[in-house]
Amino acid sequence: MSDAAVRVDRLVKVFEVPERDEGLRAAARSLVRRRTREVRAVDGISFEIAPGEIVGFLGPNGAGKTTTLKMLSGLLHVSDGDARVLGHVPSKREREFLSRISLVMGNRNQLQWDLPALDSFELNRSIYRIPRDPFLETRDELVELLEVGDLVRKPVRQLSLGERMKVEIVGSLLHRPQVLFLDEPTIGLDVTMQKRIREFVAEYRRRHAATVMLTSHYMADVEALCERVIVIHHGHILFDGVLSGLADTVAAWKTIAVVLENGAGDLSGYGEVIHSDGDVVTLRVAKSETARVTARILAEQDVLDLNVEDPPIEDVIELVFAGEPS
Amino acid sequence: MSSVSAVAPLRQESRLRSLADFYWTTIRLAVVEQFQYRAATYMYILGMVAEPVIYLVVWSTIADQSGGSVNGLTAGQFAAYYIVWTLVRTMNIVFTPYGWEWRIREGQLSGQLLRPLHPIHYDIAFFAGGKIPWLLYYLPIAGVLAIIFDPTFDVRPAELAVFAVAIWGAYLIRTFNQTAVGLVTFWTTRVGALFSLYSVLELLLSGRLVPLSLMPGWVQSIAWVLPFRWTFYFPIEALVGNLSDAQLLAGLGMQVLWMLIGIGVFSLVWRHAIRRYTAVGN
Repeated sequence: MSDAAVRVDRLVKVFEVPERDEGLRAAARSLVRRRTREVRAVDGISFEIAPGEIVGFLGPNGAGKTTTLKMLSGLLHVSDGDARVLGHVPSKREREFLSRISLVMGNRNQLQWDLPALDSFELNRSIYRIPRDPFLETRDELVELLEVGDLVRKPVRQLSLGERMKVEIVGSLLHRPQVLFLDEPTIGLDVTMQKRIREFVAEYRRRHAATVMLTSHYMADVEALCERVIVIHHGHILFDGVLSGLADTVAAWKTIAVVLENGAGDLSGYGEVIHSDGDVVTLRVAKSETARVTARILAEQDVLDLNVEDPPIEDVIELVFAGEPS
Repeated sequence: MSSVSAVAPLRQESRLRSLADFYWTTIRLAVVEQFQYRAATYMYILGMVAEPVIYLVVWSTIADQSGGSVNGLTAGQFAAYYIVWTLVRTMNIVFTPYGWEWRIREGQLSGQLLRPLHPIHYDIAFFAGGKIPWLLYYLPIAGVLAIIFDPTFDVRPAELAVFAVAIWGAYLIRTFNQTAVGLVTFWTTRVGALFSLYSVLELLLSGRLVPLSLMPGWVQSIAWVLPFRWTFYFPIEALVGNLSDAQLLAGLGMQVLWMLIGIGVFSLVWRHAIRRYTAVGN
């Protein structure tokens, strides 16, 4: 796909990390001889993202997600491989490239700490060379969309985390980026605020046909926004495809929830009982056995209700993160 | 939920015009921020005035005890030197290597690297803007010092004009030099020791501690070929000394030379340094 918004080919990032043992002697020795270790944070990943696509980039802490986003936004130079965003090599940090992307990190503050956000917005207007009228139009619409009209006049340091995040997002989108890298944009926020930001991202993407790459530890974010997910672990891509296909690939089992006519009975003979709540018994059954086990239960038990489901996405992701796909 | 109306990317203004707009916006922002912290500013001014006043009292006393002058400098000339010194010191405050160390170590540089404008522009504009309130604070201080110490001023229009240019030249030279020192953090993680060495050299060879004319000849020779003299002594000398027009122009020429060297060194270091950025912490 040559017209991909994001194209990553065998991308590698290696960090050289200093290390030493604990204690005074080791500290003194490190004065003379410094010991370092190579860490391959990203190890040969490849993928493409089409214009207008929204992709969830999932992985446990230290998997290489943020490092990848930092390479794609031009903050880090790649160690090997190739990355292109909107046709640009990110690490060259060309003006045209930087004017068309944005990286929003949930724990980072880009606004002037001591001044109201409106002042920072004005600074961004001048940095991104936005003519005044369209700037005011965009600013006011974003402020309205995220409902931060009463916040943008307060010094940023006096805002709560959630308030700051919303204001931060306004500041990051004033130049209407075509590619949006969102790194944990809802981290630390309450459920209402998370939902608000999710809705906003969906709306922004729809209106601007923006390409969005999102990392989040909240599966609700991913389920609400992303059809496609890329799962990364130890710098390697473990899965790249539609979210619903993740369970098929990673989890070789399904759950069967059974309600019996005479209350919860012993169903351990059909599979692993993972949950028993009142009348409902939930079994874990190997995918290949699902049809046969279902038929047996229906034939041998007085069944009121029976549901066969893929495992919850949280469980699947947990499996991937644990590095033990079954 | 309401919606964002325009779909197309925003049109951008021309490069030069937008750069001027950026500088103006940042300068205004810096002024606003300076006014926001009045108490801190007053304390900072006190500290700023204390240093030259101590030098001034010491040298005035020595001059009085030495029959009215030291190496040809009278008490009135010392007063003029240190009153202008205070202004020059104020005007050439720049973003320090410690600031760069913080940016790099804590990953704070990330936000600036994501912008389509080199971070050095922000530093130059912001610290230039910070000088506007400082000038307002300086004027009454200079007035009080003048009343107390009775300085000798004999200023020609050409000297005033060169001084007005030279203080900005000094500011830019210090900006590029100290930024280059700060960028060493990319290799060493901490830059304090190197900056301490730099500061000692600057203190001795710039005319900050002692007017260079009081230094031994060989020290003056070394100072002539280093950048520090052109960031302190030359602007002060341009206003309170007796430099000929040719010497004034030569001084400006040296400032241009050191500015070009500073830009060159800074650009070279930046090109290599930025590849090492790990954006840790942010």
